[in-house]
Amino acid sequence: MVERLKNLCSRCYIGLIILFLYAPILVLVMLSFNNSRSRVTWGGFTFDWYQKLFSNGQIMEALVTTLTLAFTSALLATLIGVLGALGIHAMRQKNYQIVMIFTNIPLLNADIVTGIALMLWFVHFIPLGFGSVLLAHITFNIPYVILSVMPKIRQMNVSLYEAARDLGANALYAFFRVILPQLASGILAGFFMAFTMSMDDFVITYFTKGAGVNTLSTMIYGEIRKGIKPEMYALSTIIFVFVFLILLAANYWPQKRKSDGAHVVENL
Amino acid sequence: MKKGSAVKSRVWLSSPYIVWIIGFTVIPLGVIFKYALTGREGGFSLEYISAIFDPIHLKAMVFSLEIALGCTLFCILLSYPLVLALKHLNLGKQGFTMFILILPMWMNFILRILAWQMILSNNGILNLLLAKLGMEPLQLANTGAAIMIGVVYDYLPYMVLPIFNAVAEIDEDIIEAAKDLGANGFTVFRKIIFPLSVPGLLSGIVMVFVPSMTSFVISDILGGGKLQLIGNIIEQEFTKSANWNLGSGLSVSLMIFVLISMAFTTKNEVEGKGSAIW
Repeated sequence: MVERLKNLCSRCYIGLIILFLYAPILVLVMLSFNNSRSRVTWGGFTFDWYQKLFSNGQIMEALVTTLTLAFTSALLATLIGVLGALGIHAMRQKNYQIVMIFTNIPLLNADIVTGIALMLWFVHFIPLGFGSVLLAHITFNIPYVILSVMPKIRQMNVSLYEAARDLGANALYAFFRVILPQLASGILAGFFMAFTMSMDDFVITYFTKGAGVNTLSTMIYGEIRKGIKPEMYALSTIIFVFVFLILLAANYWPQKRKSDGAHVVENL
Repeated sequence: MKKGSAVKSRVWLSSPYIVWIIGFTVIPLGVIFKYALTGREGGFSLEYISAIFDPIHLKAMVFSLEIALGCTLFCILLSYPLVLALKHLNLGKQGFTMFILILPMWMNFILRILAWQMILSNNGILNLLLAKLGMEPLQLANTGAAIMIGVVYDYLPYMVLPIFNAVAEIDEDIIEAAKDLGANGFTVFRKIIFPLSVPGLLSGIVMVFVPSMTSFVISDILGGGKLQLIGNIIEQEFTKSANWNLGSGLSVSLMIFVLISMAFTTKNEVEGKGSAIW
């Protein structure tokens, strides 16, 4: 009896939190089907905004910029971050700590301070635009990659790498066949983390972008006073549903057995 | 750990990253300090650093601090029951928690805050529902309460996830043993679950306190432009007043304040922050 009451309370509470988290999303999805440009009145159901979305050049351009930026910055941050983490891990204790403090700075610092500091520095040598935003995004993405990969490097079995070298593998081959598989899950998590952070960023982009370049976030911010174009709600709904399906598949798909690098050494 | 020559040569792999840190973390910080320490006449001056003590700026700073402390507190109070409920129903293991908490982040956050504006406005959705239930409408639009709801909404997942991860790692046997020895649910929470969740709680505090103190978009939208956080003032110095030195001075003061308060909370132990979210 008490157990059932506890279950009921737990369910109700989780339900309330989900309502709190998803209420604004529900509002936005409704707006994407609202046959009225006004935000407050319901003008009936329509698919119009979804059709108009693809012929809206500005929004499509901002979408392409956002995706290009997220992908490029996540990729480069992953490359620099993984190499960085491997190197930092091999450092002497003191150097390791110093580098980790600097790694934590972009995470601990307020976005607004990071954005302004980068902007003040960029104006000295490059015009503000896509390039400066890309540099800024790589900068705040690298720490997320390092923090995702570092625990995997700590757990990494170094003897496997040495065994591979003893058995005649050259450094590069051993790296790709033995080290990389052990770090794969951390690298992947770091990449997706970086991609998400880049997609979601507004503040740092806002300060480093200059005129002319727009990501979806800065475009939406610019439209707050004039009123958001309903096509934007449609696009957001599409992105949301897309990610929902991907996460659903990733979480509930039967998992493949993970390779841990050990069997590679056995086969050498 | 043994550090052979293979390990030593591995240090070189980090050189692109070290160059990156110098070029895009250290130098920009130096530049913002340079702007902050340059006075009206162009020479060295502390006037813009101490500008934080001007009544207007100080008022914004105190308001930001209130919002940040309130937000952190509400997030903690909402997170523990949620974590315990998820644990009770055994929902954590299938990635359900991650799923429900991360998914909203994929709807653009400015749009989500705008949706809150529609929900909370005086003739908005919340008051419409209250009217249907025969209750008095709430005057939440453009108040501190609306800003508080916005920041709690936006940063709640960053508190729940690290606490959830810390609690999920607790050995079930310890809790069983405590129950066998006669501990009731509250004692189990006070003596076992809470103490073992402290590392998660601390990283949650770091991840919620700083952004909620320094955000300017949420207060801009939900505060109706009248209630200013320190972030709003800094932003306006750069976009409207174009006084970069004052903006930098306030940023540096803010940064120093944030770093000092975080040093009290945790000793640089934010590692695993990235993986805590995924």
